[in-house]
Amino acid sequence: MAASLDESAVRHVANLARLRITDEECSRYATQLSKILDYVRQLNELDTAGVSPTAHPLAVANVLREDIVRPSWTPADALANAPDHDDKFFRVPKVLDQESA
Amino acid sequence: MAATTDTVVELAEAVRSGARSAEEIARATVDRLEELQPRLHAFLSHDRERSLGRAREIDDDRRRGEALGPLAGVPVALKDNLCTNFGPTTCGSKILEPFRSRYNAHVVDRLESAGAIIVGKTNLDEFAMGSSTENSAFGPTLNPWDVSRVAGGSSGGSCAAVAAGLVSAALGSDTGGSIRLPASFCGVVGLKPTYGRVSRYGLVAFGSSLDQIGPIATTVADVALLLNTIAGHDPRDSTSIDRPVPDYAASLEESLKGKRIGISEEYFGPGLNAEVAAAVRAAIDVLAREGAEVVPIHLPHMKYGIACYYLIATAEASSNLARFDGVHYGRRTPRPADVIDLYASTRGEGFGAEVKRRIMLGTFALSSGYYDAYYLKASKVRTLIKKDFDEAFSRVDVIASPVAPTTAFRVGEKSEDPLAMYLSDIYTIAANLAGVCAISVPCGFDSLGLPIGLQLMAAPFVEEKLLTLAHQYQLSTHWHTRRQVARR
Repeated sequence: MAASLDESAVRHVANLARLRITDEECSRYATQLSKILDYVRQLNELDTAGVSPTAHPLAVANVLREDIVRPSWTPADALANAPDHDDKFFRVPKVLDQESA
Repeated sequence: MAATTDTVVELAEAVRSGARSAEEIARATVDRLEELQPRLHAFLSHDRERSLGRAREIDDDRRRGEALGPLAGVPVALKDNLCTNFGPTTCGSKILEPFRSRYNAHVVDRLESAGAIIVGKTNLDEFAMGSSTENSAFGPTLNPWDVSRVAGGSSGGSCAAVAAGLVSAALGSDTGGSIRLPASFCGVVGLKPTYGRVSRYGLVAFGSSLDQIGPIATTVADVALLLNTIAGHDPRDSTSIDRPVPDYAASLEESLKGKRIGISEEYFGPGLNAEVAAAVRAAIDVLAREGAEVVPIHLPHMKYGIACYYLIATAEASSNLARFDGVHYGRRTPRPADVIDLYASTRGEGFGAEVKRRIMLGTFALSSGYYDAYYLKASKVRTLIKKDFDEAFSRVDVIASPVAPTTAFRVGEKSEDPLAMYLSDIYTIAANLAGVCAISVPCGFDSLGLPIGLQLMAAPFVEEKLLTLAHQYQLSTHWHTRRQVARR
């Protein structure tokens, strides 16, 4: 395990998570996250070869239900909390014709 | 105005018998809530008129001779990460300040069908991420026993509200100790049910393999009654398990004779405050005197719980919180340059420091090149922790331990040191990783007069064992009857 996260690594992670952070936040998170990663490194004391991972505490798989039409939300319900929308759609800034992303 | 000493059981009986009207109880509750709100900041929102209206409906039902639900007329508070189709649901975050849910969480419908009056939504660490309620974007909740101290978190508002007698019961959520830790700090009873026991439909997700909703009250009997109401299968949450719900309130009177209580010295090591250790050991002695057998056990991987949790919970959070994008609901940054900036600025402005820290930690743990060393490694260690519990519960009925290494700490004491804050959860986190049920019960006070909590843990789906032991403990002790509100 890498023991620390420098500021450029924090910038990279913040970009992956779509979080705009200030330079001041970046430097603080580099220090704090490095300290936390240093702490979690203790997991390396354990030999986990041959141990299968647990993603979920109960052995539940493939919960199925009948494929029946039931009442659901109207478009108006779905759009009710949107910061910007028209009659049918969520509205966002123009996505095409841009070089970013 | 004096604190209410009425339990849920007493209030429900008073309404059923006609000794008190639901409206009078609701009015007294809201009056007191408003009076103490400036001191404790336990609530983020409440609605006097809606509460009184619902209470009048209960009174009308009674006058008409209609059957009343088991919680008819009982005021209940909800942690503000439970969706209600009335009022705000903020999760203690600026990003959800404008959000109004279009639907109720499953537990909200269950409570209202049982006749409970939902009086308000309580404060929490933003998105339930924290151990003190200081991470709320709307300011911390203060501890009713000493307002210079934290209430614990993340369900700090719910626990402080019950401790101060503002309500007799509340719901919280527990991902790594978020019901049990504040219950311990505030001197009330808090239950984290088994993963899958209560539907999370309408609970805003934090760590989906860990989150569970549970009840908070002053007595175990009240917690049992609340669990009766909220437990059970719900097809809208595919992780809620379809198995029978016993009558938890009916099985409390069993004797402790022959019950086996496991004690693991891993829970009494360095870092545990001596007064807390003494109170918890004295509580175990009480259970032994009542006929329980104390059995030494060993949970060798428990100490890796925090490291394991802060990779798994943050990984799940980084994915769950991706939905807050400034498009579908909540707040949006005012002047986005483009669509990527819309996401990044909305999230950068809308989330607080701890939420951003955890999203980044989780994103890192899942990212290309680091996934195996961090997330996958932690998932394997989780298997080892779970095996420890499986092994222990093949030998004992419950495991007894402290809830937290200390009593309530001072406001601001740990807010600059995230790791120190995380370590508050060292004794509670393993129960979530293993998916077992666990309860916090008041078991004494330190020399400053601050409450201490006893934790009891049991195998999945045997909440009745926890509740019986905890109830019998409360019958033998008086800690839960001591009340002191905002004395400093």
